Amino acid sequence: MIGRVGAIALNTFREAIRQRILYLLLAFAVAMISFAQILSLLTVGSEEKIIKDFGLASIDVFGVLTSVFVGVGLVSREIERRTVYTLLAKPIHRWEFVLGKYAGLAFTLLVNSAVMALWFTLVLAVKGMYDARLWVAVLLLFFQFLLITALAVLFSCLSSPILASVMTLALYVVGHLLWSLRLLEDRVGSEAGRFLCRALYLLLPNLGNFDFKGEIVHGLAIDPVRVAAAGIYLVAYGSAVLAAACAAFQRKELQ
Amino acid sequence: MTPVLELAGISKSYRTHLSFRKYWILRDLSLAVREGEVFGFIGTNGAGKTTTIKLALGLIFPDGGSIRLFGQDARRPALRSRVGFLPENPYLYDYLTGAEFLDFHARLFGVAAGERRRRVAALLERVGLRNRGDRQLRHYSKGMLQRIGLAQALINDPDLVILDEPMSGLDPIGRREVRDIILDLKARGRTVFFSTHILSDTEMICDRVGMLVRGTLKAVGTIDDLLSREVPFWEVALRAAGDGALPCGRVVSRREDRILVRVESRQDLHRLLSILNGHGATLISVTPARQSLEDLFLRESRGASPRAAQEGA
Repeated sequence: MIGRVGAIALNTFREAIRQRILYLLLAFAVAMISFAQILSLLTVGSEEKIIKDFGLASIDVFGVLTSVFVGVGLVSREIERRTVYTLLAKPIHRWEFVLGKYAGLAFTLLVNSAVMALWFTLVLAVKGMYDARLWVAVLLLFFQFLLITALAVLFSCLSSPILASVMTLALYVVGHLLWSLRLLEDRVGSEAGRFLCRALYLLLPNLGNFDFKGEIVHGLAIDPVRVAAAGIYLVAYGSAVLAAACAAFQRKELQ
Repeated sequence: MTPVLELAGISKSYRTHLSFRKYWILRDLSLAVREGEVFGFIGTNGAGKTTTIKLALGLIFPDGGSIRLFGQDARRPALRSRVGFLPENPYLYDYLTGAEFLDFHARLFGVAAGERRRRVAALLERVGLRNRGDRQLRHYSKGMLQRIGLAQALINDPDLVILDEPMSGLDPIGRREVRDIILDLKARGRTVFFSTHILSDTEMICDRVGMLVRGTLKAVGTIDDLLSREVPFWEVALRAAGDGALPCGRVVSRREDRILVRVESRQDLHRLLSILNGHGATLISVTPARQSLEDLFLRESRGASPRAAQEGA
């Protein structure tokens, strides 16, 4: 089983690194991180904050874009290009195929994040602003990418690539605004309304769990319990989403 | 003997997105492919050949009926370790080189690294791509893609090889190479099930043939079984002196003392042969003008109404 999943993952990674689009995205992200230095000149006294904030935001945005657009195509492109026929005619369980594709992109994202983080580290080091905790923030961003990729794979098993992209991006936005549901819950008068707010809060992906930009930018302490909780949340939520994706793909007719 | 592939009462339909109409692709299809035979599955475009193959491989699911591979429920993925498959117009990973592509497929069967290297080299040689293994598939011609596709279908040394239109789009040399590979597989005791609408190839290499017309299996059997029943006329070549007038048969051609006579029935043939000596004629040959597979196929195709394949839900 591991051999088959590993073979599919390796092939997915190989596909990603041979696509020009990935290099373009990566180059653009590196350029944006570098641009933070210029932007910081516009402010007085907040140079470090601007560089760190803009740099982490660049890693976030480009990681999410890769997760969504490559993640959505992971399964759908295989069906569209009919390469899935030769693959699933082999002794492969469909869930192995989904997990293999996911693992391949996860590894690609890991390499991507590492390259962006290395460049960011270099930029900060040159300015004498290096902060080792930056790596924790990037690790948490990587966790977020993994969760978004799982959502992209699930939606691509259920709908068209365009709809899947829209839904995944929508969940990314909603996932960062879930705290507002808690506020709404306190203000809603009816019991049913409060229940709905509560249910949505628990059901939707809480991407705020992975956001440590504030701590890095403002030099606050990082709570290790929060980091561990984010890891556990990723494993639990991500596993559930991937299980749903596998179940959806299991019943899919490969016309 | 347990059939290698057995479909029993398979039906498959689909619905369009916008209507509730049900379109039948296959209706009550039953056939069995025996061990060691080359089975040709013939039919026009849209007859349901590819659908049948996808069902057999678990890529789509039947509305009803059962499919068995090697005597077991075909839904078990492990059974496919004994199957090789080449889809129609194979769409392959064009960013991989030929050797990487074969290596990837070998990994899916859990073949060890050393053995993988050996098999990849041997198969590249076998399909005539020995010097092209390091080239990306996006630079392959259509014929080369078909050959590398065939190579991946053989990477696990399968007992059953399923080929969907393997000769489609190939030039005569390419078709000949594919035919040779199929015959080689048969010589090695493997079973080959392939779909095609190129009937001349089918007659040449198949042990048995199944004829699918608009989702219904119209005929199945050996070429001889299917065609020997249908001998519409015989051609009798004679050498005769004089005017060569004969009491039965129609003279088709005459060149010096050689006459070609066409006889429409078996009785007339016997009668003609029995009186040859009396007319001073010598028999050269009797050739039954057997119906070709194409004749049979065209007749069966015309017999099925286009409406028969559709049915409102």
